[in-house]
Amino acid sequence: MFSRPAVRVARHLARSYASAVSPNALVILEHRQGVLDSACLSALTAATQLGGKVTGLVISGPDSAAAALDSAKKLKGLDNLLHSTSELYSAPVVETVSPLLSKILSESSYTHVVSATSSFAKSLLPRVAAQLDVPAVSDITSLEHDAASNATTFTRPIYAGNAIATVKAPSSVSIKFFTVRSTSFAAALSDSAASVNVETIDPVHVSDVPTEHISTSLTKSDRPELGTASRIVSGGRPLKNAETFEATLYPLADVLGAAVGASRAAVDAGYADNSLQVGQTGKVVAPELYMAFGISGAIQHLAGMKDSKLIVAVNKDPDAPIFQVADIGLVGDLYEVIPELTEKLKK
Amino acid sequence: MRPSPACLLNILVPVKRAVDYAVKIRVNPQQTGVDLNVKHSMNPFDEIAVEEAVRIREKLKDEVKSIKAVTIGPPKSVDTLRTALAMGADSAIHVEIPESAPSPEPLGVAKTLRAIIDKNKEIDLVILGKQAIDDDAGQTGQMLAGLLGWSQATFASKVDIDVVNKVATVLREIDGGSEQLKCRLPLIITTDLRLNEPRYASLPNIMKAKKKPIEKLKPTDLGVDLTPILETLKVTEPPKRVGGSKVGSVDELVAKLKDAGFTGV
Repeated sequence: MFSRPAVRVARHLARSYASAVSPNALVILEHRQGVLDSACLSALTAATQLGGKVTGLVISGPDSAAAALDSAKKLKGLDNLLHSTSELYSAPVVETVSPLLSKILSESSYTHVVSATSSFAKSLLPRVAAQLDVPAVSDITSLEHDAASNATTFTRPIYAGNAIATVKAPSSVSIKFFTVRSTSFAAALSDSAASVNVETIDPVHVSDVPTEHISTSLTKSDRPELGTASRIVSGGRPLKNAETFEATLYPLADVLGAAVGASRAAVDAGYADNSLQVGQTGKVVAPELYMAFGISGAIQHLAGMKDSKLIVAVNKDPDAPIFQVADIGLVGDLYEVIPELTEKLKK
Repeated sequence: MRPSPACLLNILVPVKRAVDYAVKIRVNPQQTGVDLNVKHSMNPFDEIAVEEAVRIREKLKDEVKSIKAVTIGPPKSVDTLRTALAMGADSAIHVEIPESAPSPEPLGVAKTLRAIIDKNKEIDLVILGKQAIDDDAGQTGQMLAGLLGWSQATFASKVDIDVVNKVATVLREIDGGSEQLKCRLPLIITTDLRLNEPRYASLPNIMKAKKKPIEKLKPTDLGVDLTPILETLKVTEPPKRVGGSKVGSVDELVAKLKDAGFTGV
């Protein structure tokens, strides 16, 4: 760390020292009922790559606080952990969390605010950034921080991932807000011996909140979670209806220990829940194995899975665009292929 | 019974002219951007926003006083406004920027919209697309809500407005499922894919739209500077994925999967 230069030091040196600020990142650690979202562990990794201090923030209702903190405390890469607990944050809305985040930012000198590209963080970060009159960078796939110029350069997908933009947030951006594409950063590890300094932050009570949370409905599944699964079996429009979608794909997914995904067409037609949609505006996945059945391979679907390690496609149409990105393609009727495949994989 | 003036809804729908979703994107040789000499149309999520405003009016009838579309863009963006007017907006605002100007950032757009809302204080509902399919930023609605201090409901898949009580019930798509919120007006909503299926404007409506008023403004008229803060250093192609071989049978597929290390668990 540079010590304050004496007045006698050459002016240009003093100026460059004055602008070199070590990063001080705040990472939003989200959780569901005390279980940390794995996408946040990728956000933590991204934050550590900035090269400075990293502080985690856990916001929770009273019931889930202990479990969430217990996991968060053990994360490697955290220098500090803040938490705020209140009934207000059990089913949080951005209108109550943004005043808390704003207060935390105003009382410290954070240089970066980092989160996963989750539905909650995507709703929260731009709201707070605008109030602080700074831009935000969405869904980054890499970053590089230059301490001397206090500028952070990011790459991020644009045009449904058909182009990659390299974007620089200069030093004039006092706090750099960004959300992280989890498939681009390995999840931070835990260390049971890790001992992070934990600080309690008082909740910010907001009078007259205009937004009320009524209910949350989550699809229940014993299956691996789509966003982090290493194997995904995905179905498209030919799967007729929800029963057929399930009856055809799930046995194969079971044999492979895979998560189940769906194309937009399948979700629009009601075969699968919207949370299973893979694509530009759905989930972006990059598993070891992605198997697409009856999915033509529209640009918007490819945007969500083209970074998968091995892509297998089965489609009746030999000219389906999906075959252009598939490592292994099979032209055939999925109703014949899938049962046969399921049987033969069992051996 | 005629609704009282206090109970009337005034909707603002910001729309963006973007490269059409079906266009094959090509990065230019200078690596400064993509080839923009291609078909453009209204951002699909903004079409859904316009459609939702029109459906709200079809449902609530006289309770909806106005639907105003607005765009920030070069002269050609007026086409996008005409589409919104043909779909059912009453009037439009074109905040015109030069053809050569860089695309405004979400923060700049939000500030412009705030300035417009400051001038049109009757607006109590803003419906935006959740993201533009060119920059895929997905920030503008939230930023506008932050600047105004309004309630926000992002990724909406169902909207019900109670104008008399000035409250909206919104179902939104979240990771893993959905969430229902009750939001007091004034409100910012961003649209998700399944909120509705936008109509095609009929020819009579396209003709009628030509007579609907479009107010022209410049960013300076609104006291807004749209100079981007973030610097785009370059735009490159993503790593190319080469399609591989096709196999002829399930047996071959199983063999290849096994070679790659994928077997049953």
